[in-house]
Amino acid sequence: MTHFNPKTARWVYAWLLLLPASVLMVTFTHYPIVGSIFSSFFSTPRQGRPSLFVGLDNYAYMANDPVFWQVLKNNFIYAFGTIPISVCLALLMAVWVNGKLPGRAVVRTAYFTPTILPMIAVANIWLFFYTPQIGILDNLCGLFGIPSHSWLGDPSTALGCMMVLAIWKDAGFFMIFYLAALQGISPELEEAALIEGAGRWYFFRRVTLPLLMPTTLFVLVNSTINSFKLVDHIFILTKGGPDNASSLLLYYIYEVAFGFWDTAYASTLTVVLLLILGALAVTQFKYIEKRVHYQ
Amino acid sequence: MMIRESDWGHVLEVVAAWLLAFLWAAPLLYATWAAFHPMDFVSRFDLLAPLTLDNFRSAWNVAPFARYFLNTFMLVCMTLAGQIVLCTLAAYAFARFDFPGKETAFILVLIQIMIMPDVLIVQNYLTTSKLGLVDTILGIGLPYMGSAFGIFLLRQAFKQVPKELEDAARVEGAGWFSILLKVYVPLARPTYLAYGLVSVSYHWNNFLWPVVITNSTNTRPLTVGLSIFGAPESGVNFSVISAGTLLAVSPLLIAFLLFQRQFVQSFMRSGIK
Repeated sequence: MTHFNPKTARWVYAWLLLLPASVLMVTFTHYPIVGSIFSSFFSTPRQGRPSLFVGLDNYAYMANDPVFWQVLKNNFIYAFGTIPISVCLALLMAVWVNGKLPGRAVVRTAYFTPTILPMIAVANIWLFFYTPQIGILDNLCGLFGIPSHSWLGDPSTALGCMMVLAIWKDAGFFMIFYLAALQGISPELEEAALIEGAGRWYFFRRVTLPLLMPTTLFVLVNSTINSFKLVDHIFILTKGGPDNASSLLLYYIYEVAFGFWDTAYASTLTVVLLLILGALAVTQFKYIEKRVHYQ
Repeated sequence: MMIRESDWGHVLEVVAAWLLAFLWAAPLLYATWAAFHPMDFVSRFDLLAPLTLDNFRSAWNVAPFARYFLNTFMLVCMTLAGQIVLCTLAAYAFARFDFPGKETAFILVLIQIMIMPDVLIVQNYLTTSKLGLVDTILGIGLPYMGSAFGIFLLRQAFKQVPKELEDAARVEGAGWFSILLKVYVPLARPTYLAYGLVSVSYHWNNFLWPVVITNSTNTRPLTVGLSIFGAPESGVNFSVISAGTLLAVSPLLIAFLLFQRQFVQSFMRSGIK
């Protein structure tokens, strides 16, 4: 019995094909997920002091950490402030670009271009817009007699400035999904409805919008994931300040891990981020399942 | 009456659509204006303002852009090459083989679509440092090479290849591996293109992991270089920052403007998954 039967040989072959990719995936995705949870129960090793099991101490510390609650609150404000607006704008853009619009190729390009630019580059440009006195925003406000304002230096406006940037960056990306969905709706449907005397707005509300529902769900989940995953602009615009007024969860994790080198606490914060992303993932999978049923 | 009313509505919509387009293009147009004019004209619009390339010259001299370009180029190529090889093999296994543990393995792959290495910076830093890859270009790219998204896309593409083609190749005596190379890979070319465009734009623009893992000019990609260069502490004025920013984004931007259709379609596929 030294030779494999053909079936076993196929199994081995399949696993060998899978091996290189799985080694990397396990190393950089699954192991760190488990590792974050594991580390959250231990203290950070410091010079000469090894890592010790501390039970839920890190979580207790987190519950009493005002900065944690602040960045979590910021992240939800950021998500709920940007997503509805960018999704509505995306829909509006898609409807316009899909209709009879003079020069629509140019308009479409203008809407989509921010998507392919790196967040860092974009933030460099926007940083100047928000600069007091010489920036465009202050110049525009000056025209209306509004006094100069330190937009990024004021805790009440810093997060808002980042939200405007995020809306500008994301709307065009979500537009292309609506555009694809709109192009899938048969034009005869609208013609028939218009002949029956339905207004354009009525048709949009009662027919187009419901047909776009799966796209809307998909866009909503993805934009929420993005708002927890993309923090590049904070590095340029505010560094989380003033007083963490514009910091988000992942940026705080970065600060704790690589500013204070407290890897155990950073892992604890990562667990919270993973729980949020996990909840979103479950929503998404449920939706994918549903879509499969419809097909 | 009805017709006239809707005509007005249409005009209003066209104006609004163009206004929004202008708003969306404005930041980039403005940066372009600033980059090609002396600093005095940054907030003064004068069509007769003198054009200059000085800002590009000083940007190029202030920061080691040539090195950053090289680093980003190496990073993007290395990552894509690794992804294509690894994902092709894994996707082939998922698409055409039955083996014990297949379902579980696929669920583990799906997890990575939702939780990408980007959010696991703390543990991944510790792992990379154990591997001795901190501050190397391989260290930036390695976590992304086993890409769930690539496996997923290629698996879909391979599944659509008619079984008859594979059977025909087998009759001619081709083995598993040559069937993969001669039948599956060529037929999945559009998927490779779509995936390639998404991967290149993602890694050209990626910032958080590179900033964590690099700490010298010899490894920093453009985005990290740009963040150092654009920081207020660097004392460079906005015209020069605009010029540097345009330099950094221009290869991708030009590619996008030339191959817009392919880009948009690839991004769409990347989202639909």
